[in-house]
Amino acid sequence: MKITKKIVEEKGTDRLKRGFAKMCKSGVIMDVVNGEQAKIAEDAGAVSVMALEAVPADIRAKGGVARMADPQKVKEILKTVTIPVMAKCRIGHFVEAQVLEALGVDMVDESEVLTPVDEENHIDKKKFTVPFVCGARNLGEALRRINEGAAMIRTKGEPGTGNVVEAVRHMKLMNREIAELKKMSESRLKEKAKEYRVPLELIKETRDLGRLPVVNFAAGGISTPSDAALMMQLGADGIFVGSGIFKSKNPKAYAKAIVEATMHYDNPKIVAKVSEGLGEPMEGIDTSKMDEKQKMQIRGTN
Amino acid sequence: MKVGVLALQGAVSEHVEVLNKTMKKIKINGNAVYVRNAKDLDDISGLVIPGGESTTINRLMLTTGMHEKIIELAKKGLPILGTCAGTILLAKEGDEQVKQTNTKLLGLMDMKVLRNAYGRQVDSFETDVNIPEIGSKPFRAFFIRAPTIEKVWDDTKIWVKYQDNIIGVKKGNILALTFHPELSDDLRIHEYFLRTIQRNYRIR
Repeated sequence: MKITKKIVEEKGTDRLKRGFAKMCKSGVIMDVVNGEQAKIAEDAGAVSVMALEAVPADIRAKGGVARMADPQKVKEILKTVTIPVMAKCRIGHFVEAQVLEALGVDMVDESEVLTPVDEENHIDKKKFTVPFVCGARNLGEALRRINEGAAMIRTKGEPGTGNVVEAVRHMKLMNREIAELKKMSESRLKEKAKEYRVPLELIKETRDLGRLPVVNFAAGGISTPSDAALMMQLGADGIFVGSGIFKSKNPKAYAKAIVEATMHYDNPKIVAKVSEGLGEPMEGIDTSKMDEKQKMQIRGTN
Repeated sequence: MKVGVLALQGAVSEHVEVLNKTMKKIKINGNAVYVRNAKDLDDISGLVIPGGESTTINRLMLTTGMHEKIIELAKKGLPILGTCAGTILLAKEGDEQVKQTNTKLLGLMDMKVLRNAYGRQVDSFETDVNIPEIGSKPFRAFFIRAPTIEKVWDDTKIWVKYQDNIIGVKKGNILALTFHPELSDDLRIHEYFLRTIQRNYRIR
């Protein structure tokens, strides 16, 4: 008797979610608010676009409650480009995430750029087929998000400021905290697991890898090719650019230059060449003079 | 043996790690290296074109001058392994998406590829596939926004199929797959590729 095994296809597994994020490595993911901008991003060589209602700088200026983009906008962007499309939902707003998944976006960003709706919990991301990316300022936040099912981490930085100082701070802190795990005894690791509120195995996995178990991008304030190269040299796996492209004077040129600088991050001659004559970058904000309450990075830290 | 992995964008370190692991396991004296500019292509004995975004990798291949050089080396018999986006770029013919994005294919394999053929990321899947060339044990294959190969002609032959879709093809020393063997713990496909390089060595 011939036994034929039924072929089983699995979807939404950890490896598929994390695998998708890996395919974005060394690439640039650009914030866009319509199909036209998405096309400019694709032509410039973006690995993905992030669909949202307004770029962070405009969200910051406008104030009020910032929500998921209009599904019509998301659909327009999905239809326009062939590269993956991501979209932002509010922290804890699992219905916005369900809507974005239903629309067919390739990754959901549970983002502090939008106004959080749940002050206790983030979304239980393991329940979804679509992968998630989440922001983090330090190792504890990053591991909590991974434990909830995030397939990609990005620094929070300080979105919409055009100032990369906060992203640098977050990347360096995370690297330092990972390096410190190596020196810790078993009992210290157990304390860390308690402090971070994550399983000990996740801490040990991170220690053994010497990096996060998912890809770690840089985001928040990146606005020039040199900013992107800086974050790559600090160990980022890739780059998110929010307002930096479409708030600059010359979005096409900026988009292309940031893509090339991200790939050639360790070649200053190329970074110099692509930076030449780009025109004015977006206007910046001195984050040290900002009121703490205005900072988006303090949202959703638990 | 020095095996290069095209390091412009995408899942590069994954291939480097698997290649190094496989060489160690089957006792090949060599290592995998990151190919970041055209000069790095000079002294490698095999090349992996990894997965990532084909549109991005294509643009960077053109600005770095690697596009022409890879074609030249392939014509001299350089063994190449393409996975996912790499496979799209190896093709002679693309679909509407390839045309719409002005992607300049390498045109090294007689095949037509269809991008994102299974749908979007939520349709990405993993499954067991049978590849007789590497043994009877099924291979765990990861399809991530994967392309398919609509048809092959001339010297390009079907290497593996899954249901009705062509998911792997071979032409001389070039192997192109629509899935991601570098995400699997199974080293057999990378071993197969390294053996191709070894054989090519001996012939030359």
